[in-house]
Amino acid sequence: MKRILVCVKRVVDFNVRIRVKPDGSGVITDGIKLSLNPFDEIALEEALRIRERGEAEEVVAITIGPADCQQQLRTALAMGADRAVHVVHDGVVEPLTAARTILKVIEKEQPFLVLLGKQAIDDDNNQTGQMLASLWQRPQATFASKVEIAGTTARVTREIDAGLETLEIDLPAVVTADLRLNEPRYVKLPDIMKAKKKPLDSMSLADLGVSAVSRVKIVKTEPPAQRQKGIIVKDTQELVAALRKRGVL
Amino acid sequence: MAKILIVAEHDGTRLNASTAKCVSCARSVAGAQIDVAVFAADGAAVAAEAAKLAGVTRVLRIDRPENSHALAALLAPQVAHLAAAYTHVFGPSTTFGKDLMPRVAALLDAPQLSDIMAAESATRFRRPTYAGNAIVTAEVDPGTRIVATVRIASFEATPGGGAAPVETLASDVALPSHTRFVSIVAAKSDRPDLQSASRVVSGGRALGSADNFKIIYSLADRLGAAVGASRAAVDAGFAASDLQVGQTGKIIAPELYFAIGISGAIQHLTGIKDARTIVAINKDAEAPVFEVADIGLVGDLFTIVPELEKLLGA
Repeated sequence: MKRILVCVKRVVDFNVRIRVKPDGSGVITDGIKLSLNPFDEIALEEALRIRERGEAEEVVAITIGPADCQQQLRTALAMGADRAVHVVHDGVVEPLTAARTILKVIEKEQPFLVLLGKQAIDDDNNQTGQMLASLWQRPQATFASKVEIAGTTARVTREIDAGLETLEIDLPAVVTADLRLNEPRYVKLPDIMKAKKKPLDSMSLADLGVSAVSRVKIVKTEPPAQRQKGIIVKDTQELVAALRKRGVL
Repeated sequence: MAKILIVAEHDGTRLNASTAKCVSCARSVAGAQIDVAVFAADGAAVAAEAAKLAGVTRVLRIDRPENSHALAALLAPQVAHLAAAYTHVFGPSTTFGKDLMPRVAALLDAPQLSDIMAAESATRFRRPTYAGNAIVTAEVDPGTRIVATVRIASFEATPGGGAAPVETLASDVALPSHTRFVSIVAAKSDRPDLQSASRVVSGGRALGSADNFKIIYSLADRLGAAVGASRAAVDAGFAASDLQVGQTGKIIAPELYFAIGISGAIQHLTGIKDARTIVAINKDAEAPVFEVADIGLVGDLFTIVPELEKLLGA
């Protein structure tokens, strides 16, 4: 079966104003809205579009996280994924552990394409896709803004600092989604109902033979330094005078 | 003692300014040996430039025809091969380094720290998370090899004046053929580079059209500035994607930044936090951009920008 694996992560919703805990032990996550990482939603949307074009037969969503991440997997199923894999784990998952875990699932599922968001908006690491491609010894196309499947290869346009770069990669491969790849669809109510009946497999890291190695210790979390309050000028002449006074003109 | 390998970013002929900033970051690790590796088809010119950076111990030049384009899948095995002799491997947190370094880290079975903004020691670093809203201090055990990307907006470029020796290394690492460069579409511009410019003028959604965006270019030219754009302006097609400033675009630290018709979504503000002086021009006095602006002017940008351009020309 021509299968696409889409890796999704649950994160603090992008609309939530992040607050650091007073004791510096992390950010406040109690009682706040959690959602699918927006870049992963884009990755999932791309997988669904590829399936809808007839270039794939099945889309499988996978996540690693606590038991209640099932809710976000159900969202992925409601968007249109055919089934889901939940690797249940409560602690910290460093990107290299995530990549190792996904690789185990790849070995089982044999996808021709793995899609992920380019980064998660919580830790902003931007690592897992590249690490996965590296361990898998397959091509990677990061920061994708266009994906075209052509038989056993894909052409991917990437948003890089210098402009738009196009790569040709042999499949299977890992592609990470950037913002402008697509606009994810909205989930409709009947689809939420249908999603409840779709298959969702749960397993542990141990079931997959992976141990969660944690090598980076977060010793402190702080709010960023605040900028000094600025001034409001009333017209362009005052603006130019203020710029001259600061010595930047 | 820390031995730091820095992967140089370049376009085949010129060293990218991000490399000098990686060197600055590496220099903040006391007593570190700092080697810069130049992977290119013909790295002579780039290696000579890297040799002039103050603080560099050696420049390693690895020429292979496969290195004519910076493809992570081809560079990573070469970097990893070289990295065996180092305690740290740094690359810039640009799309080049973000693409490459995790691929290297996985080959080395090393953890990666992304976007480091300060090195407190050889094992302790600060980095932003949650779009810059939470700064974490991360530590690894001594003896753990680390891969890192350096947040270039957090460091001044190391000055020139150095004279490091350049060593040419032969490489016979096997490289895959599964990834092939097809093309690059780059916006040709005579304007300063957005990532390294000392002045940047950015426009947002309020510009209303690609045609109206010309007044941003015009003001930028008057100031000798680079042009940037908000995500909204890029999404709307007013400006090219490589001009996007913000969490998922470019993170910049110019001396002077103009945010024109940009409301100031947190994702945009993340990209400009380190600018020395921020000027905001917006008709909405409540726009969040005014919370970070050093100088704010409330009003119609279509009146203000031409007026400002005229005043600056006088």
